[in-house]
Amino acid sequence: MDAFEDTVLRLREAFSSGRTQPAAFRVAQLEGLGRFLQENKQLLQDALAQDLHKSAFESEVSEIAISQGEVDLALRNLRAWMKDQKVPKNLVTQLDSAFIRKEPFGLVLIIAPWNYPLNLILVPLVGAIAAGNCVVLKPSEISKSIEKILAEVLPRYLDQSCFAVALGGPEETARLLEHRFDYIFFTGNPRVGKIVMAAAAKHLTPVTLELGGKNPCYVDDNCDPQTVANRLAWFRYFNTGQTCVAPDYVLCSSDMQERLLPALQNAITRFYGDDPQNSPNLGRIINQKHFKRLQELLSCGRVAIGGQSDESNLYIAPTVLVDVQEMDKVMQEEVFGPILPLMTVRSLDEAIDFINRREKPLALYAFSNNSQVVKQVLARTSSGGFCGNDGFMHMTLASLPFGGVGASGMGSYHGKFSFDTFSHHRACLLRSPGMEKINDLRYPPYSSRNLRVLLMAMEERSCSCTLL
Amino acid sequence: MDAFEDTVLRLREAFSSGRTQPAAFRVAQLEGLGRFLQENKQLLQDALAQDLHKSAFESEVSEIAISQGEVDLALRNLRAWMKDQKVPKNLVTQLDSAFIRKEPFGLVLIIAPWNYPLNLILVPLVGAIAAGNCVVLKPSEISKSIEKILAEVLPRYLDQSCFAVALGGPEETARLLEHRFDYIFFTGNPRVGKIVMAAAAKHLTPVTLELGGKNPCYVDDNCDPQTVANRLAWFRYFNTGQTCVAPDYVLCSSDMQERLLPALQNAITRFYGDDPQNSPNLGRIINQKHFKRLQELLSCGRVAIGGQSDESNLYIAPTVLVDVQEMDKVMQEEVFGPILPLMTVRSLDEAIDFINRREKPLALYAFSNNSQVPVEWAVTMASSPLTPSPTTEPACCAAQGWRRSTTSVTPPTHRET
Repeated sequence: MDAFEDTVLRLREAFSSGRTQPAAFRVAQLEGLGRFLQENKQLLQDALAQDLHKSAFESEVSEIAISQGEVDLALRNLRAWMKDQKVPKNLVTQLDSAFIRKEPFGLVLIIAPWNYPLNLILVPLVGAIAAGNCVVLKPSEISKSIEKILAEVLPRYLDQSCFAVALGGPEETARLLEHRFDYIFFTGNPRVGKIVMAAAAKHLTPVTLELGGKNPCYVDDNCDPQTVANRLAWFRYFNTGQTCVAPDYVLCSSDMQERLLPALQNAITRFYGDDPQNSPNLGRIINQKHFKRLQELLSCGRVAIGGQSDESNLYIAPTVLVDVQEMDKVMQEEVFGPILPLMTVRSLDEAIDFINRREKPLALYAFSNNSQVVKQVLARTSSGGFCGNDGFMHMTLASLPFGGVGASGMGSYHGKFSFDTFSHHRACLLRSPGMEKINDLRYPPYSSRNLRVLLMAMEERSCSCTLL
Repeated sequence: MDAFEDTVLRLREAFSSGRTQPAAFRVAQLEGLGRFLQENKQLLQDALAQDLHKSAFESEVSEIAISQGEVDLALRNLRAWMKDQKVPKNLVTQLDSAFIRKEPFGLVLIIAPWNYPLNLILVPLVGAIAAGNCVVLKPSEISKSIEKILAEVLPRYLDQSCFAVALGGPEETARLLEHRFDYIFFTGNPRVGKIVMAAAAKHLTPVTLELGGKNPCYVDDNCDPQTVANRLAWFRYFNTGQTCVAPDYVLCSSDMQERLLPALQNAITRFYGDDPQNSPNLGRIINQKHFKRLQELLSCGRVAIGGQSDESNLYIAPTVLVDVQEMDKVMQEEVFGPILPLMTVRSLDEAIDFINRREKPLALYAFSNNSQVPVEWAVTMASSPLTPSPTTEPACCAAQGWRRSTTSVTPPTHRET
């Protein structure tokens, strides 16, 4: 018996009662979520500032507005998403009703990380609610202020018989994972991703794993350095670099590097002033552990820009490193901080080979005025997502599935993809109880004449002709 | 260093070379697969007869034609499926190009069972090829004749730098699973499914697990017993009951049971004659182990029809059991044989409660003249990709009890708006 057993049982009972099935119930929960965001905006911004020194701008743009947007999208589309989806038929099934029904899995577990602690728990929640599931939320214990609000304020806006918040650290999460869930949605690092999937395997629980990796960024000689530097810098230093889809390292020619460095300095000064530590627009590292980890990375290669750090403040300056080697720590682990290593390559081919020697990343970027170059990088590599000539804009479009591949994850979500992720797609065929004579064709004693007719009727093609 | 290391390395190199990317390559492999089926039809039918005593009719309908159909469907649609899929944009991205690109995962492992040893390895293979992957096939060692053909004949029809067949039993499969694959497709029982998923977790490899269960079949009072009996019997005894989606047990009122029994006897006699053991249309149990397992089930409840068995022949008669209890073995494990237990319930609600108390099955059936019966007059299949992606097409099942894929070109998620 553990702390979670009661909760899990209670939510399962609620699910079995059918409470989450009607659209009206799901709409009410989604509206509750919307009100939670609207009525607690200041509280949430303060908490994000406390946890990550996030500016109101970044909080609004990457946490609150994103979550609200997903709530609104789901509310607008819920009934359409929930509809049975008719499918084409063949000759044999011509008179039948054939469709895919979207059904909730049942009890869903959502485990979220600390870097976008609101977004990365609420956006999956929207999908799980829309799909009709009951949900246990496990926010990160590291982003404490947001965790508190999720535990104490959010439940007031939801039907607490169907939704619960579980708290704790790695030990409690491990215990939580011993319970059987019908779907587990995990955002975090690959090491823990393996633990989650192994735990899920014991119950044959399907999973979506949104993991991480080192997102390469190829910068072609044919581009405007300042434009590229602006974009690189914004997406690298946004949320103090603690973003799973941030450009992790740059591959460019040494010529390009020479042009990029002053441009990056310009961008950094423009964004954060001459004294970034005093800029209200730059965040802080989440905790000591990560601060120390990043401090170590500062000694890789050579500091070309920034490099300062202040432990009392968990401050790391917006930094650019050069002369890094493939085996340096900063080129081996996911940076997840405001440090951008530049690695020189002699050609596009070398860049692509380098990228393909490594694990598939969550995001991949290529900058070039020549669209053929961008298309080549896209065609010759693989990644969860890709953006040409910009940073992680691709994840702001809900019509694109957001997820990883290989070591960067499995499954995807956002928008309708969230709804589909948390739904079981049930294949349904409704036939007539009559017209049994037709079935004589298929019954033994088998005959080759019957076989011929049956095979013809099973073909897809004959269906499309008959429809006309 | 194990037997598979070389193969895995070789196929990965082939994938990295980009060989499987062009549509032309994939078309060539699919056409090769088609020729394999056409040029070896007799060989395949003989092998299926050897392994499972499958009649030519059943082999054609549930193994060869299905596989050929999937090959043809893929050939017709490949270029459309491969296209970049444009998506709606917002104001910020109005001038951009936004699309979903379908890319192969890389090296795929397909593990197949013995009951439809051709269908259940070739149909996934079609998808893996069409999507541009390299593939290691692991056929079941239990259906030996088909395994031999897949190992010795099939490779001649495919580019052997990109496709390989791995052989062996549980030990070899475990060793195979230690290697890293980019996707694992497994068809088999839930116990092994857990082992496969746990192995996949070590490499963060996405999986599709096609497992099994006990497929309930609710029979309403309001129906024609003979029609229902025909359909029940055909789907139960097809392939000697060794079908993951066969009706596993029946729930009906005791009234209905009384009407169903003689109708089932009629159907069985019509299909297999007075002496089913001598019917060319009835198959055999795959091996001793399963034969003995099924023989045990014959002592659950009471035999109302059939019940005979012959070990020398691995023959089990088309059987119907009554007076079974929930805790009887035949109501606990997946039957996977020509035995149909009937359990009586007092109402539709009781049937639904019974069904919902148990694990979710692969298929669920309901027979009624009244379409409003909430469980629905349906053959439903739960295809459960473990890593559902918006582009996964669930299989739509035709009432014959085997799979056919839909021809939809646009994945479900982009139908709306």
